[in-house]
Amino acid sequence: MSEGVESSTWTGRVRDAGVAAFPPDRLLPDSQPVYVASWVYVFGVLTLAAFTVVLLSGAVIALAGPAWWHTSSLGHYVNSVHLWSTELFFFFMVVHLWGKFFMAAWRGRRAMTWITGAVSFLVSIATAFTGYLSQQNFDSQWIGGQAKDGLNASGIGAYFNVLNYGQMLLWHVLLLPLAVGLLIAGHILLVRRRGVVPPLPAEKEEQ
Amino acid sequence: MSAAEYPLAPNPAEEWRGKKRRYDLVKEAVIALVAVTGLTLVLAAVFSSPDVKPVTIAQWASADPQDFLATAVSELDGTSGVATYGPPYTHVPGAGQNIVGHFSLQRLVGVQLPIEPARAFVLGPLAIPAQTDPVLARAIVEYNRATPAERQAWDQAFAKAVDRGLVAGRLNLTPGNYGPVPTLMAGLLQMARSGGLDGALVSTDRFYQTNFTKALLFLSDGSYLENLASKQHLLGSQWGMMNETGNFPGQAWLWLYTFWYQISPFKSSDNADAQIWGIMGILSLAFILIPFIPGVRSIPKWIPIYKLIWRDYYRAASKANAPPTPSG
Repeated sequence: MSEGVESSTWTGRVRDAGVAAFPPDRLLPDSQPVYVASWVYVFGVLTLAAFTVVLLSGAVIALAGPAWWHTSSLGHYVNSVHLWSTELFFFFMVVHLWGKFFMAAWRGRRAMTWITGAVSFLVSIATAFTGYLSQQNFDSQWIGGQAKDGLNASGIGAYFNVLNYGQMLLWHVLLLPLAVGLLIAGHILLVRRRGVVPPLPAEKEEQ
Repeated sequence: MSAAEYPLAPNPAEEWRGKKRRYDLVKEAVIALVAVTGLTLVLAAVFSSPDVKPVTIAQWASADPQDFLATAVSELDGTSGVATYGPPYTHVPGAGQNIVGHFSLQRLVGVQLPIEPARAFVLGPLAIPAQTDPVLARAIVEYNRATPAERQAWDQAFAKAVDRGLVAGRLNLTPGNYGPVPTLMAGLLQMARSGGLDGALVSTDRFYQTNFTKALLFLSDGSYLENLASKQHLLGSQWGMMNETGNFPGQAWLWLYTFWYQISPFKSSDNADAQIWGIMGILSLAFILIPFIPGVRSIPKWIPIYKLIWRDYYRAASKANAPPTPSG
Protein backbone atom coordinates (compact mmCIF):
# COMPACT_ATOMS: atom_id res chain seq x y z
CA MET A 1 0.00 0.00 0.00
CA SER A 2 1.39 3.35 -0.93
CA GLU A 3 1.79 6.07 1.68
CA GLY A 4 -1.26 8.27 2.28
CA VAL A 5 -3.72 5.73 0.88
CA GLU A 6 -6.24 4.40 3.42
CA SER A 7 -6.21 0.63 3.77
CA SER A 8 -9.38 -1.34 3.12
CA THR A 9 -8.41 -4.25 5.35
CA TRP A 10 -9.20 -4.50 9.09
CA THR A 11 -5.51 -5.06 9.75
CA GLY A 12 -4.55 -1.98 7.79
CA ARG A 13 -7.14 0.13 9.54
CA VAL A 14 -5.95 -0.97 12.97
CA ARG A 15 -2.37 -0.19 11.93
CA ASP A 16 -3.30 3.21 10.52
CA ALA A 17 -5.30 4.12 13.64
CA GLY A 18 -2.40 3.00 15.84
CA VAL A 19 0.15 5.02 13.91
CA ALA A 20 -2.16 8.06 13.87
CA ALA A 21 -2.70 7.90 17.64
CA PHE A 22 0.87 7.00 18.47
CA PRO A 23 3.38 8.16 15.86
CA PRO A 24 6.86 6.86 16.81
CA ASP A 25 8.12 10.19 18.14
CA ARG A 26 5.06 10.45 20.40
CA LEU A 27 5.30 6.86 21.60
CA LEU A 28 9.02 7.04 22.36
CA PRO A 29 9.99 10.72 22.43
CA ASP A 30 13.59 11.64 23.19
CA SER A 31 12.68 15.09 24.47
CA GLN A 32 10.16 16.39 26.99
CA PRO A 33 8.75 19.82 27.82
CA VAL A 34 11.22 21.84 29.85
CA TYR A 35 9.04 21.62 32.98
CA VAL A 36 9.56 17.86 33.21
CA ALA A 37 12.45 18.35 35.60
CA SER A 38 11.84 17.03 39.11
CA TRP A 39 12.54 13.92 41.17
CA VAL A 40 8.77 13.40 41.39
CA TYR A 41 8.75 12.27 37.77
CA VAL A 42 11.09 9.40 38.60
CA PHE A 43 8.52 7.60 40.78
CA GLY A 44 6.38 6.55 37.83
CA VAL A 45 9.21 4.66 36.18
CA LEU A 46 10.37 3.32 39.58
CA THR A 47 6.88 1.86 40.07
CA LEU A 48 7.14 0.23 36.67
CA ALA A 49 10.59 -1.15 37.51
CA ALA A 50 9.36 -2.59 40.84
CA PHE A 51 6.36 -4.14 39.06
CA THR A 52 8.78 -5.84 36.66
CA VAL A 53 10.78 -7.30 39.58
CA VAL A 54 7.52 -8.44 41.24
CA LEU A 55 6.49 -10.25 38.04
CA LEU A 56 9.91 -11.82 37.47
CA SER A 57 10.32 -13.05 41.06
CA GLY A 58 6.75 -14.39 41.01
CA ALA A 59 7.51 -16.18 37.75
CA VAL A 60 10.57 -17.85 39.31
CA ILE A 61 8.43 -19.10 42.22
CA ALA A 62 5.86 -20.35 39.71
CA LEU A 63 8.55 -22.39 37.92
CA ALA A 64 8.94 -24.75 40.87
CA GLY A 65 5.41 -24.50 42.26
CA PRO A 66 3.79 -22.82 45.24
CA ALA A 67 5.30 -25.11 47.93
CA TRP A 68 8.91 -24.68 46.78
CA TRP A 69 9.76 -21.60 48.82
CA HIS A 70 8.84 -23.34 52.09
CA THR A 71 11.41 -26.10 51.64
CA SER A 72 14.30 -24.46 49.74
CA SER A 73 16.59 -21.68 50.99
CA LEU A 74 16.89 -20.39 47.41
CA GLY A 75 13.10 -20.47 47.15
CA HIS A 76 12.79 -18.55 50.41
CA TYR A 77 15.19 -15.92 49.08
CA VAL A 78 13.16 -15.55 45.87
CA ASN A 79 10.05 -15.18 48.01
CA SER A 80 11.84 -12.43 49.96
CA VAL A 81 12.61 -10.69 46.65
CA HIS A 82 8.92 -11.00 45.76
CA LEU A 83 7.90 -9.49 49.11
CA TRP A 84 10.35 -6.58 49.08
CA SER A 85 9.70 -5.70 45.45
CA THR A 86 6.01 -5.58 46.34
CA GLU A 87 6.72 -3.26 49.27
CA LEU A 88 8.81 -1.02 46.99
CA PHE A 89 6.15 -1.16 44.27
CA PHE A 90 3.53 0.23 46.65
CA PHE A 91 5.89 2.82 48.13
CA PHE A 92 6.84 4.15 44.68
CA MET A 93 3.25 4.03 43.49
CA VAL A 94 1.94 5.99 46.48
CA VAL A 95 4.59 8.71 46.08
CA HIS A 96 3.79 8.84 42.34
CA LEU A 97 0.10 9.13 43.14
CA TRP A 98 0.51 11.93 45.67
CA GLY A 99 2.84 13.74 43.28
CA LYS A 100 0.27 13.57 40.49
CA PHE A 101 -2.47 14.67 42.87
CA PHE A 102 -0.58 17.81 43.89
CA MET A 103 0.17 18.52 40.23
CA ALA A 104 -3.58 18.21 39.46
CA ALA A 105 -2.41 15.93 36.68
CA TRP A 106 -5.95 15.26 35.40
CA ARG A 107 -6.14 18.70 33.76
CA GLY A 108 -6.42 19.03 29.99
CA ARG A 109 -8.40 15.89 29.06
CA ARG A 110 -6.21 13.72 31.27
CA ALA A 111 -9.00 12.46 33.58
CA MET A 112 -8.75 8.96 32.11
CA THR A 113 -5.02 8.93 32.84
CA TRP A 114 -5.82 9.61 36.52
CA ILE A 115 -8.63 7.04 36.53
CA THR A 116 -6.49 4.24 35.05
CA GLY A 117 -3.76 5.05 37.59
CA ALA A 118 -6.21 5.07 40.52
CA VAL A 119 -7.83 1.81 39.43
CA SER A 120 -4.36 0.27 38.98
CA PHE A 121 -3.62 1.14 42.61
CA LEU A 122 -6.85 -0.48 43.85
CA VAL A 123 -6.42 -3.61 41.71
CA SER A 124 -2.79 -3.83 42.90
CA ILE A 125 -4.07 -3.94 46.49
CA ALA A 126 -6.31 -6.88 45.57
CA THR A 127 -3.37 -8.57 43.82
CA ALA A 128 -1.10 -8.23 46.85
CA PHE A 129 -3.92 -9.36 49.13
CA THR A 130 -4.40 -12.61 47.20
CA GLY A 131 -0.63 -13.08 47.43
CA TYR A 132 -0.81 -12.96 51.21
CA LEU A 133 -3.64 -15.51 51.06
CA SER A 134 -1.57 -17.79 48.82
CA GLN A 135 1.47 -18.03 51.12
CA GLN A 136 0.22 -21.28 52.73
CA ASN A 137 1.44 -20.27 56.17
CA PHE A 138 -0.01 -18.98 59.44
CA ASP A 139 -0.43 -15.47 58.05
CA SER A 140 -2.56 -16.81 55.18
CA GLN A 141 -4.76 -18.76 57.58
CA TRP A 142 -5.35 -15.77 59.80
CA ILE A 143 -5.83 -13.20 57.04
CA GLY A 144 -8.31 -15.52 55.29
CA GLY A 145 -10.32 -15.96 58.48
CA GLN A 146 -10.41 -12.21 59.07
CA ALA A 147 -10.98 -11.06 55.51
CA LYS A 148 -13.88 -13.40 54.86
CA ASP A 149 -16.13 -11.36 57.16
CA GLY A 150 -15.69 -8.11 55.24
CA LEU A 151 -16.06 -9.79 51.88
CA ASN A 152 -19.09 -11.80 53.02
CA ALA A 153 -20.71 -8.67 54.47
CA SER A 154 -20.37 -6.95 51.09
CA GLY A 155 -21.79 -9.98 49.24
CA ILE A 156 -18.51 -10.55 47.38
CA GLY A 157 -17.35 -13.42 49.58
CA ALA A 158 -20.00 -15.75 48.20
CA TYR A 159 -18.16 -15.72 44.86
CA PHE A 160 -14.62 -14.61 45.82
CA ASN A 161 -13.89 -17.16 48.55
CA VAL A 162 -10.71 -16.18 50.40
CA LEU A 163 -10.62 -19.60 52.09
CA ASN A 164 -10.41 -21.37 48.75
CA TYR A 165 -6.67 -21.60 48.19
CA GLY A 166 -6.92 -22.74 44.58
CA GLN A 167 -9.19 -19.87 43.63
CA MET A 168 -7.00 -17.27 45.38
CA LEU A 169 -3.77 -18.64 43.86
CA LEU A 170 -5.18 -18.40 40.34
CA TRP A 171 -6.45 -14.87 40.92
CA HIS A 172 -3.01 -13.98 42.27
CA VAL A 173 -0.86 -15.46 39.53
CA LEU A 174 -3.05 -14.83 36.50
CA LEU A 175 -6.22 -12.75 36.63
CA LEU A 176 -5.16 -9.84 38.83
CA PRO A 177 -1.57 -9.40 37.50
CA LEU A 178 -3.05 -9.45 33.99
CA ALA A 179 -5.52 -6.74 35.01
CA VAL A 180 -2.77 -4.62 36.63
CA GLY A 181 -0.53 -5.10 33.59
CA LEU A 182 -3.25 -4.04 31.15
CA LEU A 183 -4.20 -1.05 33.32
CA ILE A 184 -0.59 0.09 33.58
CA ALA A 185 -0.12 -0.34 29.82
CA GLY A 186 -3.23 1.73 29.15
CA HIS A 187 -2.10 4.32 31.68
CA ILE A 188 1.31 4.69 30.00
CA LEU A 189 -0.24 4.93 26.52
CA LEU A 190 -2.53 7.69 27.78
CA VAL A 191 0.46 9.56 29.20
CA ARG A 192 2.19 9.30 25.83
CA ARG A 193 -0.97 10.33 23.97
CA ARG A 194 -1.82 13.37 26.09
CA GLY A 195 1.71 14.30 27.11
CA VAL A 196 2.93 15.26 30.58
CA VAL A 197 0.62 17.79 32.24
CA PRO A 198 2.07 21.32 32.21
CA PRO A 199 2.51 23.45 35.36
CA LEU A 200 -0.42 25.17 37.00
CA PRO A 201 -0.60 28.86 36.03
CA ALA A 202 2.17 30.85 37.67
CA GLU A 203 1.08 33.29 40.39
CA LYS A 204 2.05 36.33 38.34
CA GLU A 205 -0.50 35.31 35.71
CA GLU A 206 -3.20 34.63 38.31
CA GLN A 207 -3.03 38.12 39.81
CA MET B 1 14.97 32.44 26.85
CA SER B 2 11.69 33.91 25.60
CA ALA B 3 8.21 34.25 27.08
CA ALA B 4 6.87 31.93 24.35
CA GLU B 5 9.20 29.19 25.56
CA TYR B 6 8.04 29.60 29.17
CA PRO B 7 4.32 30.50 29.12
CA LEU B 8 3.02 31.63 32.52
CA ALA B 9 -0.33 29.88 32.03
CA PRO B 10 0.20 26.94 29.67
CA ASN B 11 -3.04 25.45 28.38
CA PRO B 12 -3.06 21.80 29.51
CA ALA B 13 -5.52 20.85 26.75
CA GLU B 14 -3.18 21.98 23.98
CA GLU B 15 0.02 20.36 22.83
CA TRP B 16 3.07 21.93 24.46
CA ARG B 17 4.83 24.35 22.11
CA GLY B 18 7.28 25.82 24.59
CA LYS B 19 10.88 24.86 25.18
CA LYS B 20 11.81 21.19 25.36
CA ARG B 21 14.70 19.37 26.98
CA ARG B 22 16.51 16.18 26.11
CA TYR B 23 14.94 13.25 27.98
CA ASP B 24 16.01 9.65 27.49
CA LEU B 25 13.03 7.54 28.60
CA VAL B 26 14.61 4.19 27.77
CA LYS B 27 17.83 5.03 29.59
CA GLU B 28 15.81 6.19 32.60
CA ALA B 29 13.78 2.95 32.59
CA VAL B 30 16.89 0.77 32.36
CA ILE B 31 18.63 2.64 35.20
CA ALA B 32 15.45 2.40 37.31
CA LEU B 33 15.16 -1.34 36.68
CA VAL B 34 18.80 -1.96 37.59
CA ALA B 35 18.55 0.21 40.71
CA VAL B 36 15.27 -1.31 41.94
CA THR B 37 16.49 -4.85 41.23
CA GLY B 38 19.70 -4.17 43.17
CA LEU B 39 17.83 -2.59 46.08
CA THR B 40 15.35 -5.49 46.21
CA LEU B 41 18.10 -8.12 46.16
CA VAL B 42 19.84 -6.37 49.06
CA LEU B 43 16.64 -5.91 51.09
CA ALA B 44 15.74 -9.58 50.54
CA ALA B 45 19.22 -10.72 51.61
CA VAL B 46 19.29 -8.51 54.70
CA PHE B 47 15.70 -8.75 55.95
CA SER B 48 14.43 -12.04 54.39
CA SER B 49 10.68 -12.76 54.64
CA PRO B 50 8.39 -14.35 57.25
CA ASP B 51 7.11 -17.91 57.00
CA VAL B 52 5.46 -19.00 60.24
CA LYS B 53 4.21 -22.56 59.80
CA PRO B 54 0.45 -22.98 59.43
CA VAL B 55 -1.54 -24.34 62.35
CA THR B 56 -2.84 -27.86 61.85
CA ILE B 57 -5.94 -29.30 63.46
CA ALA B 58 -3.71 -32.04 64.86
CA GLN B 59 -1.60 -29.37 66.57
CA TRP B 60 -4.70 -27.64 67.92
CA ALA B 61 -6.23 -30.85 69.30
CA SER B 62 -2.96 -31.76 71.03
CA ALA B 63 -2.10 -28.33 72.38
CA ASP B 64 -5.57 -27.26 73.52
CA PRO B 65 -7.96 -30.24 73.64
CA GLN B 66 -10.47 -28.34 75.77
CA ASP B 67 -10.84 -25.58 73.15
CA PHE B 68 -10.99 -28.22 70.43
CA LEU B 69 -13.78 -30.14 72.17
CA ALA B 70 -15.71 -26.98 73.03
CA THR B 71 -15.57 -25.98 69.36
CA ALA B 72 -16.54 -29.43 68.14
CA VAL B 73 -19.58 -29.70 70.41
CA SER B 74 -20.65 -26.16 69.42
CA GLU B 75 -20.72 -27.39 65.82
CA LEU B 76 -22.96 -30.24 66.93
CA ASP B 77 -25.40 -28.10 68.93
CA GLY B 78 -25.52 -25.28 66.38
CA THR B 79 -23.99 -22.52 68.54
CA SER B 80 -20.63 -22.18 66.75
CA GLY B 81 -19.54 -19.19 64.73
CA VAL B 82 -20.23 -20.90 61.40
CA ALA B 83 -23.54 -22.41 62.58
CA THR B 84 -24.86 -18.94 63.50
CA TYR B 85 -23.06 -17.09 60.67
CA GLY B 86 -25.73 -17.03 58.02
CA PRO B 87 -24.91 -16.39 54.34
CA PRO B 88 -22.89 -17.48 52.46
CA TYR B 89 -22.47 -20.61 54.66
CA THR B 90 -25.61 -21.36 56.67
CA HIS B 91 -29.34 -20.73 56.52
CA VAL B 92 -30.00 -18.67 59.65
CA PRO B 93 -33.07 -16.39 59.51
CA GLY B 94 -32.05 -12.75 59.92
CA ALA B 95 -28.31 -13.48 60.12
CA GLY B 96 -25.99 -11.32 58.03
CA GLN B 97 -24.66 -7.80 58.39
CA ASN B 98 -26.62 -4.72 57.32
CA ILE B 99 -24.94 -1.94 55.35
CA VAL B 100 -27.69 0.62 56.00
CA GLY B 101 -30.83 0.08 58.07
CA HIS B 102 -31.98 -3.46 57.35
CA PHE B 103 -30.41 -3.60 53.88
CA SER B 104 -27.99 -6.51 53.69
CA LEU B 105 -26.04 -7.52 50.60
CA GLN B 106 -24.99 -10.61 52.52
CA ARG B 107 -28.59 -11.81 52.84
CA LEU B 108 -29.42 -10.63 49.32
CA VAL B 109 -26.71 -12.86 47.84
CA GLY B 110 -27.76 -15.77 50.06
CA VAL B 111 -26.15 -19.10 50.88
CA GLN B 112 -23.74 -19.84 48.04
CA LEU B 113 -21.21 -21.97 49.97
CA PRO B 114 -23.56 -24.20 51.98
CA ILE B 115 -22.14 -25.89 55.06
CA GLU B 116 -23.98 -28.07 57.57
CA PRO B 117 -21.67 -27.72 60.60
CA ALA B 118 -22.59 -30.89 62.54
CA ARG B 119 -22.19 -33.03 59.43
CA ALA B 120 -19.25 -31.13 57.89
CA PHE B 121 -17.03 -30.92 61.00
CA VAL B 122 -18.06 -33.87 63.21
CA LEU B 123 -20.39 -36.57 61.91
CA GLY B 124 -19.06 -36.64 58.33
CA PRO B 125 -15.37 -37.01 59.31
CA LEU B 126 -16.21 -39.55 62.06
CA ALA B 127 -17.77 -41.83 59.46
CA ILE B 128 -14.21 -42.66 58.32
CA PRO B 129 -12.89 -44.21 61.60
CA ALA B 130 -16.37 -45.62 62.28
CA GLN B 131 -15.79 -48.03 59.41
CA THR B 132 -13.35 -49.95 61.62
CA ASP B 133 -14.67 -48.96 65.07
CA PRO B 134 -18.07 -50.56 65.88
CA VAL B 135 -18.49 -48.61 69.15
CA LEU B 136 -18.07 -45.34 67.31
CA ALA B 137 -20.35 -46.56 64.50
CA ARG B 138 -23.11 -47.35 67.04
CA ALA B 139 -22.68 -43.94 68.68
CA ILE B 140 -23.15 -42.21 65.32
CA VAL B 141 -26.27 -44.26 64.59
CA GLU B 142 -27.68 -43.51 68.07
CA TYR B 143 -27.00 -39.79 67.65
CA ASN B 144 -28.55 -39.65 64.19
CA ARG B 145 -31.68 -41.54 65.33
CA ALA B 146 -32.27 -39.32 68.36
CA THR B 147 -34.83 -36.53 68.35
CA PRO B 148 -33.57 -32.94 68.06
CA ALA B 149 -34.52 -32.37 71.73
CA GLU B 150 -32.48 -35.39 72.86
CA ARG B 151 -29.49 -34.30 70.82
CA GLN B 152 -29.70 -30.80 72.22
CA ALA B 153 -29.84 -32.10 75.80
CA TRP B 154 -26.79 -34.36 75.23
CA ASP B 155 -24.83 -31.61 73.44
CA GLN B 156 -25.52 -29.01 76.10
CA ALA B 157 -24.66 -31.39 78.97
CA PHE B 158 -21.38 -32.23 77.25
CA ALA B 159 -20.64 -28.55 76.54
CA LYS B 160 -21.04 -27.82 80.27
CA ALA B 161 -18.66 -30.65 81.10
CA VAL B 162 -16.11 -29.19 78.68
CA ASP B 163 -16.56 -25.81 80.36
CA ARG B 164 -15.67 -27.40 83.70
CA GLY B 165 -12.33 -28.26 82.15
CA LEU B 166 -9.98 -31.20 82.09
CA VAL B 167 -8.72 -33.14 85.07
CA ALA B 168 -5.40 -34.91 84.53
CA GLY B 169 -5.85 -34.58 80.79
CA ARG B 170 -9.34 -36.11 80.80
CA LEU B 171 -12.75 -34.47 80.70
CA ASN B 172 -14.37 -33.88 84.08
CA LEU B 173 -17.47 -35.92 83.22
CA THR B 174 -19.74 -36.06 86.23
CA PRO B 175 -22.72 -38.45 85.90
CA GLY B 176 -25.19 -36.92 83.47
CA ASN B 177 -27.27 -37.31 80.35
CA TYR B 178 -24.61 -37.19 77.64
CA GLY B 179 -25.94 -39.90 75.35
CA PRO B 180 -23.37 -40.98 72.74
CA VAL B 181 -21.69 -37.55 72.61
CA PRO B 182 -18.65 -38.48 74.77
CA THR B 183 -17.93 -41.39 72.42
CA LEU B 184 -18.27 -39.11 69.39
CA MET B 185 -16.03 -36.44 70.90
CA ALA B 186 -13.39 -38.92 72.05
CA GLY B 187 -13.35 -40.35 68.54
CA LEU B 188 -13.06 -36.92 66.96
CA LEU B 189 -10.27 -35.87 69.35
CA GLN B 190 -8.33 -39.04 68.57
CA MET B 191 -8.88 -38.57 64.85
CA ALA B 192 -7.79 -34.92 65.07
CA ARG B 193 -4.63 -35.70 67.07
CA SER B 194 -3.62 -38.31 64.51
CA GLY B 195 -3.95 -35.76 61.68
CA GLY B 196 -6.90 -37.57 60.16
CA LEU B 197 -9.29 -34.65 60.62
CA ASP B 198 -6.93 -32.32 58.70
CA GLY B 199 -7.30 -34.58 55.70
CA ALA B 200 -10.99 -35.30 56.19
CA LEU B 201 -11.93 -31.59 56.18
CA VAL B 202 -10.38 -30.96 52.78
CA SER B 203 -11.31 -34.24 51.12
CA THR B 204 -14.17 -34.51 48.66
CA ASP B 205 -15.23 -37.16 46.19
CA ARG B 206 -12.46 -35.99 43.87
CA PHE B 207 -8.75 -36.78 44.13
CA TYR B 208 -7.12 -33.32 43.86
CA GLN B 209 -7.96 -30.76 46.58
CA THR B 210 -7.43 -27.00 46.59
CA ASN B 211 -10.26 -25.75 48.78
CA PHE B 212 -9.60 -25.26 52.52
CA THR B 213 -12.89 -23.51 53.36
CA LYS B 214 -14.16 -26.13 55.81
CA ALA B 215 -10.83 -26.62 57.59
CA LEU B 216 -10.26 -22.88 57.98
CA LEU B 217 -13.80 -22.21 59.15
CA PHE B 218 -13.46 -24.94 61.80
CA LEU B 219 -10.09 -23.54 62.95
CA SER B 220 -11.55 -20.01 63.04
CA ASP B 221 -14.43 -21.19 65.25
CA GLY B 222 -11.99 -22.10 68.01
CA SER B 223 -9.90 -19.80 70.21
CA TYR B 224 -6.55 -21.47 69.58
CA LEU B 225 -5.87 -19.74 66.26
CA GLU B 226 -6.98 -16.39 67.64
CA ASN B 227 -4.72 -16.71 70.70
CA LEU B 228 -1.72 -17.36 68.44
CA ALA B 229 -2.70 -14.41 66.22
CA SER B 230 -2.96 -12.15 69.26
CA LYS B 231 0.66 -12.97 70.16
CA GLN B 232 1.65 -11.95 66.61
CA HIS B 233 -0.32 -8.65 66.87
CA LEU B 234 -2.65 -9.71 64.10
CA LEU B 235 -6.06 -9.17 65.70
CA GLY B 236 -8.48 -6.71 64.14
CA SER B 237 -8.16 -4.51 67.23
CA GLN B 238 -4.38 -4.53 66.70
CA TRP B 239 -4.54 -3.17 63.13
CA GLY B 240 -4.29 -6.85 62.21
CA MET B 241 -4.99 -6.90 58.47
CA MET B 242 -2.03 -4.65 57.69
CA ASN B 243 0.42 -6.47 59.98
CA GLU B 244 2.62 -9.45 59.23
CA THR B 245 3.92 -12.18 61.53
CA GLY B 246 7.10 -11.15 63.34
CA ASN B 247 8.55 -7.72 62.66
CA PHE B 248 8.06 -7.76 58.91
CA PRO B 249 6.17 -5.06 57.04
CA GLY B 250 2.71 -6.20 56.02
CA GLN B 251 0.06 -4.62 53.86
CA ALA B 252 0.63 -1.04 55.05
CA TRP B 253 -1.51 0.16 52.16
CA LEU B 254 -4.57 -1.21 54.00
CA TRP B 255 -4.14 1.38 56.77
CA LEU B 256 -7.33 3.27 55.97
CA TYR B 257 -9.44 0.11 55.83
CA THR B 258 -7.98 -1.12 59.13
CA PHE B 259 -8.30 2.33 60.72
CA TRP B 260 -12.11 2.19 60.84
CA TYR B 261 -12.02 -0.94 62.99
CA GLN B 262 -10.10 0.97 65.67
CA ILE B 263 -12.70 3.70 66.26
CA SER B 264 -16.29 4.02 67.47
CA PRO B 265 -18.93 3.17 66.45
CA PHE B 266 -17.35 0.51 64.24
CA LYS B 267 -15.19 -1.20 66.83
CA SER B 268 -18.31 -2.29 68.72
CA SER B 269 -20.82 -2.49 65.85
CA ASP B 270 -22.41 -5.82 64.88
CA ASN B 271 -22.48 -4.53 61.31
CA ALA B 272 -18.91 -3.13 61.28
CA ASP B 273 -17.70 -5.16 58.29
CA ALA B 274 -20.64 -4.18 56.09
CA GLN B 275 -20.48 -0.53 57.14
CA ILE B 276 -16.71 -0.26 56.64
CA TRP B 277 -16.94 -1.92 53.24
CA GLY B 278 -19.66 0.57 52.36
CA ILE B 279 -17.48 3.49 53.45
CA MET B 280 -14.42 2.14 51.63
CA GLY B 281 -16.50 1.59 48.50
CA ILE B 282 -17.63 5.22 48.51
CA LEU B 283 -14.11 6.51 49.28
CA SER B 284 -12.58 4.34 46.53
CA LEU B 285 -15.08 5.64 44.02
CA ALA B 286 -14.38 9.21 45.12
CA PHE B 287 -10.64 8.57 44.78
CA ILE B 288 -11.10 7.35 41.21
CA LEU B 289 -13.35 10.29 40.34
CA ILE B 290 -11.29 13.09 41.94
CA PRO B 291 -10.98 14.96 38.60
CA PHE B 292 -14.77 15.47 38.63
CA ILE B 293 -15.34 16.37 42.29
CA PRO B 294 -15.56 20.14 42.84
CA GLY B 295 -13.49 21.28 45.79
CA VAL B 296 -11.38 18.12 46.02
CA ARG B 297 -9.96 18.70 42.55
CA SER B 298 -8.97 22.23 43.60
CA ILE B 299 -6.96 21.15 46.65
CA PRO B 300 -3.67 21.09 44.68
CA LYS B 301 -4.14 24.81 43.92
CA TRP B 302 -4.63 25.63 47.60
CA ILE B 303 -1.68 23.57 48.89
CA PRO B 304 1.20 24.88 46.79
CA ILE B 305 3.31 21.74 46.66
CA TYR B 306 3.23 22.19 42.89
CA LYS B 307 5.43 25.25 43.33
CA LEU B 308 8.14 23.01 44.74
CA ILE B 309 7.74 20.44 41.97
CA TRP B 310 7.94 23.03 39.18
CA ARG B 311 10.14 25.58 40.96
CA ASP B 312 12.77 25.61 38.19
CA TYR B 313 10.10 26.26 35.60
CA TYR B 314 8.48 29.09 37.54
CA ARG B 315 11.87 30.71 38.14
CA ALA B 316 12.70 30.57 34.43
CA ALA B 317 9.20 31.73 33.45
CA SER B 318 9.45 34.64 35.83
CA LYS B 319 12.73 35.74 34.20
CA ALA B 320 11.46 35.21 30.65
CA ASN B 321 8.30 37.21 31.26
CA ALA B 322 9.87 40.02 33.28
CA PRO B 323 9.64 43.42 31.59
CA PRO B 324 12.94 44.35 29.94
CA THR B 325 15.17 46.43 32.17
CA PRO B 326 15.87 49.84 30.72
CA SER B 327 19.33 50.00 29.27
CA GLY B 328 21.66 52.42 30.96
